Amino acid sequence: MASRLITGAAAGLVLAAAAACAPVDGSDGSAGSGGGRAERTLTVFAAASLTGTFEELGGRFERERPGTRVEFNFAGSSELANQIAEGAPADVFASADTQTMDTVAGDGLTAGDPVVFVRNTLRIAVPPDNPAGVGSLSDLADSGVKVALCAEEVPCGAAAAEVLEAADLEVTPVSRERDVKAALTKAELGEVDAALVYRTDVRASGRVEGIAFPEAEQAANDYPIAVLDDAARPGLAREWTEFVRSDGAAEVFDDAGFTTS
Amino acid sequence: MTRASPPPEAPARPAARGSGRLRVRSGRFPWPLAVPALVGLAFLVLPFAGLLARAPWPTLGTRLLMPEVRGALWLSLTTATAATAVAVLLGVPLAWLLARTDFPGRRVVRALVTVPLVIPPVVGGVALLLALGRRGLVGRYLDAWFGLTLPFTPAAVVVAQVFVAMPFLVISVEGALRAADRRYEEAAATLGASRAVVFRRVTLPMVAPGVLAGGVLAWARALGEFGATITFAGNFPGRTQTMPLAVYLAMQESPESAIVLSLVLLGVSLVILIALRDRWVGAL
Repeated sequence: MASRLITGAAAGLVLAAAAACAPVDGSDGSAGSGGGRAERTLTVFAAASLTGTFEELGGRFERERPGTRVEFNFAGSSELANQIAEGAPADVFASADTQTMDTVAGDGLTAGDPVVFVRNTLRIAVPPDNPAGVGSLSDLADSGVKVALCAEEVPCGAAAAEVLEAADLEVTPVSRERDVKAALTKAELGEVDAALVYRTDVRASGRVEGIAFPEAEQAANDYPIAVLDDAARPGLAREWTEFVRSDGAAEVFDDAGFTTS
Repeated sequence: MTRASPPPEAPARPAARGSGRLRVRSGRFPWPLAVPALVGLAFLVLPFAGLLARAPWPTLGTRLLMPEVRGALWLSLTTATAATAVAVLLGVPLAWLLARTDFPGRRVVRALVTVPLVIPPVVGGVALLLALGRRGLVGRYLDAWFGLTLPFTPAAVVVAQVFVAMPFLVISVEGALRAADRRYEEAAATLGASRAVVFRRVTLPMVAPGVLAGGVLAWARALGEFGATITFAGNFPGRTQTMPLAVYLAMQESPESAIVLSLVLLGVSLVILIALRDRWVGAL
């Protein structure tokens, strides 16, 4: 019994290995110029906050260029920067703040200067019923208001610190969340009365109210994009960086709550 | 090593323990087992070697003395210990029910116990928020009736750790209970011992190695807990920021700090586990 099991498992492994070695055909019937293996894959490392817009733009990019595939790795900007520094294979890096991009560029890992393509501003996200009656940034300093901020190590936390300093406010959060989505979730679930998140997160969520505040402009996050020095597809990578700055892309970004210049 | 005399300090121990030293009865070295075993060991140890190689030794001292590190370490050790205590208090009776009684739906209950092992801890954290959060299934009543809100408190850290760690204890103790010879319990019962006395004086001592092994597993799991903790308890230095959370956030800024923090956690847990093993946990 046991030996039969082992034989079966071994046979399964062999089959799986054979399948993995089989040549990959173009997924749809439209064979490109080079037969079944004409696929060019562009690998884009992008800040998690770009997930929705980049996926939509990636689909368009692929449709306009048959035989091209865009693969994304979405994560926190600094995490991505670490991965790039450790040699992760990426063609393009889009960061949610200029500091992280500067680190990568400073290490000589980018080809050419990074370009800012969108901008994001902070909003106060409150649960739909706004239990603590938050109306302005200064309300967050009230000790009865439970606030979630991003940790200062991540871009949204740095931006939050900046606006709070600009407004000369002392806010003690109940939690310093690891990324902006975690902060948003806490507000969506009503576990906190308010969270400082991006306008794009409020727009994407639909389950929180966003409150604008004048100080937000002082700590707007600029999103730079750059082709990486180690890019396997530098030409395609440049096409992508131009594509995300096109008028068509601007519409997608505006819909999502970004500001394009 | 001669075949006739077993090492003097080695007492009879359950066969399933991790072997401290390679001992072979016949003269031949068991290559068919040793090769995959060594590959397995190398696979587990190699990442650790990577950490050691990249550790910023010159600045180690100054980084260790940061008050945040001490706060996070203290919180980690106390919450993991509290979580283990809770897991033993609740988990041993649960394991006993699963191993020794027959009730409808027992298979389902056993499967439910393993749920926290299977689901990603981050999802576990969200589930805890949905159940025990301020607006959660049960949490809303805790808030309304007692003014008690769990999230963002050290208690929430313990709750998250118990959630992920208790299954290890239950499974370990249930296995020990099933393996234990029931005739001792029956003999005690025929001699007039009540069920409570049998449980306390016969069953528990018999499965003590299993409880200790499960407790150590649970403690180690609680100590390394990240996903459920950061989701359910949040992250605030000194209150809910345990070592794994501190490591994660340090990673965002400087991998070197993260490595140092990891080494601290590793060192402390190794010291404690080795000390425990020599004192009590013969079964490990």
